[in-house]
Amino acid sequence: MSKTITIDGKVIPFEEGQTIMEAATAAGIYIPHLCHQPEFTPHGSCKLCTVKVNGRNCSACTFPAMDGQDVLSETEELIDDRRKITQMLFVEGNHLCPGCEKTGNCQLQAVAYHLNMLDNHFPLFYPDREVDASHPDVMLDRNRCILCTLCVRASQQKDGKNVFAVSGRGIHKHLIVNSDSGLLKDTDLEATDRAAHICPTGAILIKRTGYRVPIGERIYDHKEIDQVSLEAEHVKHGE
Amino acid sequence: MRQFIQDIAENSHYRATHLLQILRQVQSRYHYIPEEAIAQLSGLLNIPRTQIISVIEFYSFLHLTPRGQYELLISDSITDHMLGKKDLFDYLAKKLDIAVGEVRKDGLVSLDNTSCTGMCDQGPAGLVNGYALTRLDCAGIDKIAELINQQKPLNEWPSELFQVDDNIYKPGLLLSQQIEQGAALKSAFKRGIKETLKEIDYSGLRGRGGAGFKTAIKWQFCSEEQQAERYVVCNADEGEPGTFKDRVLLNSYADQVFEGMTVCAAIIGARQGFLYLRGEYLHLHDKLQTILDQRRQNGLLGNNILGAGLYFDIEIRLGAGAYICGEESALIESLEGKAGVPRNRPPYPVTQGYLGKPTVVNNVETFLAAACIAVNGGDWFASIGTEKSKGTKILSISGDCAQPGIYEYPFGTTIQTVLNDCGASDVLGVQIGGPSGTFISNQELERKLAFEDLATGGSFIVFNSSRNILDVVHNFTHFFAHESCGFCTPCRVGTSLLKKQIDKIVEGHGSAGDIVALEELCQLVKNYSHCGLGQTAANPILTTLERYLGLYENQLKEISFEPGFDLDGALEIARRMANRYDAGAHLAQTDESGSRPIASLPPSLAVGE
Repeated sequence: MSKTITIDGKVIPFEEGQTIMEAATAAGIYIPHLCHQPEFTPHGSCKLCTVKVNGRNCSACTFPAMDGQDVLSETEELIDDRRKITQMLFVEGNHLCPGCEKTGNCQLQAVAYHLNMLDNHFPLFYPDREVDASHPDVMLDRNRCILCTLCVRASQQKDGKNVFAVSGRGIHKHLIVNSDSGLLKDTDLEATDRAAHICPTGAILIKRTGYRVPIGERIYDHKEIDQVSLEAEHVKHGE
Repeated sequence: MRQFIQDIAENSHYRATHLLQILRQVQSRYHYIPEEAIAQLSGLLNIPRTQIISVIEFYSFLHLTPRGQYELLISDSITDHMLGKKDLFDYLAKKLDIAVGEVRKDGLVSLDNTSCTGMCDQGPAGLVNGYALTRLDCAGIDKIAELINQQKPLNEWPSELFQVDDNIYKPGLLLSQQIEQGAALKSAFKRGIKETLKEIDYSGLRGRGGAGFKTAIKWQFCSEEQQAERYVVCNADEGEPGTFKDRVLLNSYADQVFEGMTVCAAIIGARQGFLYLRGEYLHLHDKLQTILDQRRQNGLLGNNILGAGLYFDIEIRLGAGAYICGEESALIESLEGKAGVPRNRPPYPVTQGYLGKPTVVNNVETFLAAACIAVNGGDWFASIGTEKSKGTKILSISGDCAQPGIYEYPFGTTIQTVLNDCGASDVLGVQIGGPSGTFISNQELERKLAFEDLATGGSFIVFNSSRNILDVVHNFTHFFAHESCGFCTPCRVGTSLLKKQIDKIVEGHGSAGDIVALEELCQLVKNYSHCGLGQTAANPILTTLERYLGLYENQLKEISFEPGFDLDGALEIARRMANRYDAGAHLAQTDESGSRPIASLPPSLAVGE
C-alpha cells in the first residue's frame, strides 16, 4: 500500500521524501506559490503556499508529506489570507501593472487574479528602489522584485554562477549583484542564463524582446495560473 | 589594511564560518567595512562578495559606510524611555553637536539608537564602540562628550561609566548555591552519563528561553542521531527587551554554565561547543575567555577531561546586533558566519544544526540548571515548582519598581508576590516575557509564573499608572519592525504595516475602521509568519487590545474614514511651484462633519463640482 495524504478531502498518494507541494502537484492539485519552482531547492519565504496540516499552518513547498496528514488548502480563510499576503507583496514594491512589460506573463499578477484581488487593501510603501539598466542584454528593475530568490538559486544551481544575492534586513531587504561596481554589467550574467529568465515578475527582463507578444495574447490572458502552473510543473508518479 | 585583514583571516584559518567574527574586527578597527576589505576577504575566504555584503547589511553593528571613531549607540528599550532616555538623547546630541543617525563632520563621533542592550536595571544605557555604558545622566554625558572631544582612548575613560552591577536581590534554588568548579562533571562521571541524563529527565527541566521544550528529550534525541559529529550551543543572545539575567549568569556563574555545556557534551557525544554571546555583552568577552582558559588548565575542557576520556572545548562567538539570532536556527546560521535567517523546519537542529550536524541549542539558564541538577540530582529540582513547570525561574525585573534586578522564584509564584518583593506599587500592568510575551493588567496579578500560565524567558517589566500603554505598544511594535529579518512576506511587510497602523492610531489619525484593520493585520502576521519573531510580533497589540480596547478607541476620530496620508502636505510641492499660499491652495484633511475627504478644492480645480 502506498502512503497517502488528504488534501481538502481528496486522498492522494505520495512518495517518501516528497513535500506536500510535490505530492499535490503530482496529483494535479494547485497550491498558489511564487517563490517555489520545482527545479530549485524550496525556499519557503513567500508564504502563499501556506496550508493547514493537521490544524497547523505550514508552507507546502518545504513541509514533508507524511502518511495520514489532513491538509486543508482551498478554505475560505486560507484563500482570504493568501490574497492579503499577495496584497502585501504589491504594496511593498512599486507594481504598476498597466505600464509593465511583464503584464499578462507575470506570476504575481496572475496569482492576484486567481485570488480575486481587486485592490491593494494595505497602504502603499512607495519605496525608493534602484533600477539597473547597465547590462547590454538584461534589465534589472528592483521596483518589481518580490525577494523570492529564484534568480539567486537559478544562478547558483543551474548556471553555476553567483550573480544575485539578497541583502539587508526586514523591510530594507533588497537584491544585490556580484560585481565590484555593484552593477549588473560587471557581473558574469549572460542573457542565456537561467537566472535571467526565472523572475516571476518583471524585475529581470531581457532587453529588446519587449512587446514581441502583444498584450492580450500572453500566458495569463487566456489561462489561469493554476492551469499553467500544473501543466508546467506536473510530474506524474514514476516519471 | 591589507596586512591587518590578512592576519585576521589567517587567525581564523580562512574559514567562512568566521566571517561575522572577522567583520566585527574590521568594524572595530576602521569603524566600517571598507570596499578593499570586502574584495580581499572575498578572495581569502573564497566566498562571493555578495555573501559578505549581505552579512554586513544584516547586522546592526556592521556598516558599509564610515561611522565615527566613537560609535555611540543609545538603547531604545521601553525601560530606557521610562528612565528619561528621550531628553538625555537630545541632550547628548546637542552636547556633541550631532544629529541622530549621523556621523559628525569631523568623523570623530556617530550617534544612533539601538535595541535593548540588556541593562534595563541600570539604564538609561548605551554602547560606545560596543562596550556597555550604564546609568547615563547629564553629568555622565558631559563627561563622555569631553572625553570624545579630547579623543581619549576608551581604556582611559573612567571605569564608573562602564560599571555593570549584578543586582541580585532574591537568589533561589540555583543562585544561592555556587557549585565548585568541576563538581557537576565529577558527579556526572561518578553517577554515569546515562544515569545523569535520567536525573535531568526526572528533574523535569524545560528550556529556559521561553518555549519550554523538555531538556532531557532534546539531549536524548541528539544523542541518538546517526552522525558522529555533534555540537553543543549555548544561546546567550538574550535580545528580548527587558531581559538581562544571562548577563548576570555569565558574569557571576559562568563556570556552572560551561559545566552544564560540558555535561551536555558528555551526554550527546559532542567535541565542540559554542557560546553565542550577543554583541551587546562584549564587556563580558575577555572575562569569559579567561574562565575558559582556566578550565582548560584545570583539565575541565580539552583533552581527556577529568581523566574520563572526554574531549570537549568551547569557543565564544559574538553576535553583532540582531534580535532574530536568539531564534535557534537563525543563531546557527549566524554561527556559520551568515545572516541570521531562520531555517525551514523540519529538519530541526537536533538532527541538522551547525554545519548540518546534530546540535543542541539551549539557553544559558538551562545549562546552569543542568549543572546544578548533575550535582544535586533530579528530585532536588523537581520537588520545587508546579506539576508542569519544575524548579525555579530567574527573572530580570525592570521598570517601575524600587529595586530592579535579578530575582529567582519557584514556578507557581504569583505575580503579586513578585511585585511585592521588588517594591512595585500603583501598578498598571506588567509585561511578562518581553514584547513577544503578554501584557497583563492589574486585575490579573494573582496569575502565576509557569509554562501553563505565564511563560517567560525572564523579562518582567513593571508599569505604574503614570504610564501610557499605547506608548509601550508603539515602542514594541517599532522594535519588531526593526528586528524582522525580512525573509518571509507576512513578517517583512506585516511588521512594517503594523508600525504604520499603530503610528496612525497613536498620532490621532485613526478612524472607526482602523482598529478592525489593525486586528486583522495582527492575525495575519501571527498566523503566517515563518518563525517565532513574526508569530509574536503582534502580541503587544493583541494583548492590549484585548484588555484596553477603550484606550485605542479614545484615540480615534469621530469619522468613519481618514486617509493614512497627509492630503494637504502632499500639495506642498505644487504650492511652491505655483507660488500660491492662499486659503484656496490648501485642502482640509477631511470634511469634519462627515466622512468625505476634500472640503475646499480651489475653484480652478473643482472640475464638475
